[in-house]
Amino acid sequence: MYATAKFRIAGDCGLLVEYGGSIAHEVNQKVRSMTLALKGNAPGGVREVVPSYCSILVVYDPVKTNPHALKKGLTTLEQQLPEIEIPPPRVFEIPVCYGGEYGPDIDVVARTNQLTPEQVAQTHASVEYLIHMVGFSPGFPFLGGLPEILHTPRLATPRTSVPRGSVGIANDQTGIYPVSSPGGWQLIGRTPLRLFIPEQAPPIRYRSGDRIRFKPISASAYEKLRQEEAT
Amino acid sequence: MTEVLLVLTPGPLTTVQDLGRYGYQHLGMPASGALDTFAMRAANLIVGNPEKSAVLEMTVVGPHLAVMKRADIALTGADMIVKLNSKPVAPWKSIQVGPGDLLSIQTVTSGCRGYLAVTGGIQVPEVMGSRSTYIDGGVGGLKGRPLLKGDILESGPGTLLKSPRRIPSAWIPHHDDRVTLHVLPGPQDAFFHQGLATLFTSEYIVSPTSDRMGCRLQGPTVKPNSDAPASIISEPIMPGSIQVPADGQPIILFAEQTVGGYAKIATVLSTDIPKIAQAVPGTRVRFRKVDLDEAHAAYREQEGKLAQIADMLSQQ
Repeated sequence: MYATAKFRIAGDCGLLVEYGGSIAHEVNQKVRSMTLALKGNAPGGVREVVPSYCSILVVYDPVKTNPHALKKGLTTLEQQLPEIEIPPPRVFEIPVCYGGEYGPDIDVVARTNQLTPEQVAQTHASVEYLIHMVGFSPGFPFLGGLPEILHTPRLATPRTSVPRGSVGIANDQTGIYPVSSPGGWQLIGRTPLRLFIPEQAPPIRYRSGDRIRFKPISASAYEKLRQEEAT
Repeated sequence: MTEVLLVLTPGPLTTVQDLGRYGYQHLGMPASGALDTFAMRAANLIVGNPEKSAVLEMTVVGPHLAVMKRADIALTGADMIVKLNSKPVAPWKSIQVGPGDLLSIQTVTSGCRGYLAVTGGIQVPEVMGSRSTYIDGGVGGLKGRPLLKGDILESGPGTLLKSPRRIPSAWIPHHDDRVTLHVLPGPQDAFFHQGLATLFTSEYIVSPTSDRMGCRLQGPTVKPNSDAPASIISEPIMPGSIQVPADGQPIILFAEQTVGGYAKIATVLSTDIPKIAQAVPGTRVRFRKVDLDEAHAAYREQEGKLAQIADMLSQQ
């Protein structure tokens, strides 16, 4: 983590505020705290606040403010952080049917790490993951905390279409595809839950800084839940 | 009756767009919205709508539409061949149409994206506060997709103009086959010592693979410093970001992406995004560096110009 935040210009309406230069829990903690603090106390002229792994993008109206004023406001807010109450992270449990047609790459992940597919599923569902960032596509959570014995490189050639709900691995990260999209992650399972519901408020329930735990379910439980979700 | 237009042929990519979906980028929702916001806002002002009303964005070739009720329409943005019942009509002015009229919007003569505003705005359900179509997410607009033959478009509540309105030609942007884009260096300008010099002294050509996601350029390779990392930790992206992938051919991103892991050498001013949104493949592009004060002065000037246009139109 940096001693003081670094500010970088991102066009005429954007200011990137970087709190560290690597993916680390304490950096993400700072990003989460500042994002929550900014929710109710954003300096004037701020249109949108977007957290990511190490940085926050502050989108502003240049008619109302400028990076100089924003830097001052953000630095003051950072100093007040200890006094601002930050709610504890929430934990979301996501049911996943591992392997088979739902996780076509589970054998690759198993072979790469000299495990059985069952061990891959068991290990993947054994820990709680931190949502470092939500992005790439609507609701896609980039999860940190993947056990090292599951690390597997991306596919050499990305798929043109990954089914909705697929759970994948890319190197030291794991994540979920809430909408069908192209993608290069190794797919190990699928959740029947609809994680992205555009007409619902909020359309996605989890946020960066929240936590996710996976629960293995059978193919029949998957189908049952899928049908419930469809109605 | 609110049904206003029947789509006879849709054109290659015609979508419903407003000024975009803001406040949801932290959930992975891109802003979407009209790419040439100047033309889009002007179209709305001409027909007496609020600036942010939904319009049709038409790409290179427009749709053929049957009019279903009385309305004022305005066409702005790219110059397209437009005929109302086989008679040519001019852009950047209001046109009164009625049931049975046939509006045929043909190919562009200059520019890339045309806008069609209609009295009351195109009425589709708001999703996350916006009517913009985000095709990859299947969200907004008409069922989250481009227009198809047989679609019926509805309009919102609005009032017909008492007299015709037009924007004087001095205010109308021209689409040239050469554009200069003003940029602010960063966020990762420090990765490109030599690359910045290349970017500011070279000419680039708009590639045919450009789309609403971004404008791809071809030209001299923008090289990162030898010690610069191959990628960055993914971070949020602003529209106008000039991404430099491994092949060194810059991509100017529009508003369909929320995060990314490629370094961005510079960012096009929001006031210049309409210029690159109107650049057809083959357009020659140059970059000019400005500082933040100049960028913000340009922003205020653009807002002032639109306020003046609104003022002038309301007196016509």
